[in-house]
Amino acid sequence: MEIKQQYSRRNFLKISGLLAAFVAIPTSVKAFYNDVKHYFIPKKNVSKLTVSVNKKSHTLYADSRSTLLDLLREQLHLTGSKKGCDHGQCGACTVHIDGERALSCLTLASMTEGREITTIEGLADGDELHPMQKAFVECDGFQCGYCTPGQIMSAVACVNEGHTGSVEEIKEYMSGNLCRCGAYNGIVESIQKVAAL
Amino acid sequence: MRPFNFEKVKTVAEATSKKSVNSQFIAGGTNLVDLMKKNISQPDVLIDITSAMSKEIRFEKRQLNIGAMVSNTKVATDQQVLDKFPLLSKAILAGASPQIRNMASSAGNLLQRTRCPYFYDVTTPCNKRKPESGCSAAEHGTRMSAVAGYNDKCVAVHPSDFCVALSALDAKVIAVNAEDKEVKIPFQDFHKLPGNTPWLDNNLPENTVITNIEVPENNFTKNYAYLKVRDRASYAFALVSVAAGLDLSGNKIKEARLASGGVAHKPWRWYDAEKFLKGKEATEDNFIKAAKLATRDLKPLKENAFKIPMLEGAIVEVLNQSIHR
Repeated sequence: MEIKQQYSRRNFLKISGLLAAFVAIPTSVKAFYNDVKHYFIPKKNVSKLTVSVNKKSHTLYADSRSTLLDLLREQLHLTGSKKGCDHGQCGACTVHIDGERALSCLTLASMTEGREITTIEGLADGDELHPMQKAFVECDGFQCGYCTPGQIMSAVACVNEGHTGSVEEIKEYMSGNLCRCGAYNGIVESIQKVAAL
Repeated sequence: MRPFNFEKVKTVAEATSKKSVNSQFIAGGTNLVDLMKKNISQPDVLIDITSAMSKEIRFEKRQLNIGAMVSNTKVATDQQVLDKFPLLSKAILAGASPQIRNMASSAGNLLQRTRCPYFYDVTTPCNKRKPESGCSAAEHGTRMSAVAGYNDKCVAVHPSDFCVALSALDAKVIAVNAEDKEVKIPFQDFHKLPGNTPWLDNNLPENTVITNIEVPENNFTKNYAYLKVRDRASYAFALVSVAAGLDLSGNKIKEARLASGGVAHKPWRWYDAEKFLKGKEATEDNFIKAAKLATRDLKPLKENAFKIPMLEGAIVEVLNQSIHR
């Protein structure tokens, strides 16, 4: 039986040449990409930032793209504020900025310097829950709990603003906070309870 | 989101001098941050003008002067607005949520982009997002689209409620350019129809910044109403909305104002219906005639024929509400 020759000088040169080319491509492509990328993609911009959250000042470095929500969750590890839709449609990220309710997912972190931010973590006084937190527990103001921090921050503002005249008024002024479980009746009851205190 | 440089300016002059083709102003950010997350807006430089623009709202020389940076909530709850321009408050409170109204600025409200679903879907052609790429909405239809003033290049509608009331009250937009020259634009000329440049929403000259909105004193403080028809009772954009103001002497209409959202690329004034109502008795019969006059030339698209009878009903209803306050 004739044995076909498997190895030859020609094959060796062909294969090793190809391999060398393949190894070289990624580095040259990478070098080329690094050379030209700044023409297409602006450099990531990180700057020093001082923010005041729950009456405590933090100085940190943040990307210009960071939203307040990302800063709270990823850098300050205050994970109470939730990322629901990240597009300002659900209210799960609601916090207070200078005492007014706002959406932290649509607020750039770099725009909050010099402003006082209050999150759900800043409501309780030590182990003593905020009256609204207590009311949510007592009135079944939640089921799965994901929208709850946003609901509570919004509810506290709703009472402070004085929009608690009727069930309809409460519903209108809480319409920016969605609850997929449908705990709305418990939420309205909680707000009425705190408003009556 | 694409990386960008962030700059904060302290004065209007600094803001206009820094503005270039690749930079954008940011105030409330309720629309722009969202657009940047979706890579629809990709500025190289973001100029924070929150400290540069006026946060004041004043009534002087028989007109209301709203600073560019006054929040929507502040306009809606200001006592002078409630006393002399209640229609503005009504319209603002019909839009967005309390959180967004707290954040959003007055000038920013005028500059918000359309909510046409194809504008937000970067996988589809849209002339407003990418000039000359085509209009998916005109081709496939959407129930939110325009019924007036559109063309085959763009069928988007302007989403603001505040602007509908400003249009009805003949407001003026004050802007300043890099040479510190003031431009005053009547509200009806501020927003534009798509024409051949659907990617432009308004006639604000380049490198200018809105500093104020002026609203002249009016007699629409007693008989006014704002009606917004939408897919859910609150926190949704309008299918159609109507702002009405009547200046009555007894039961006779001295002057009428009617404007709509959800109808066109800009807040839409019903001039023919206003003219018809002038000098007539404020009766439901006349309101029905006015509504028919307003809607007779409208041309619906594939999926929004329902908007015509809806508008007709909304105009009659809002006029009825305005005389039964």
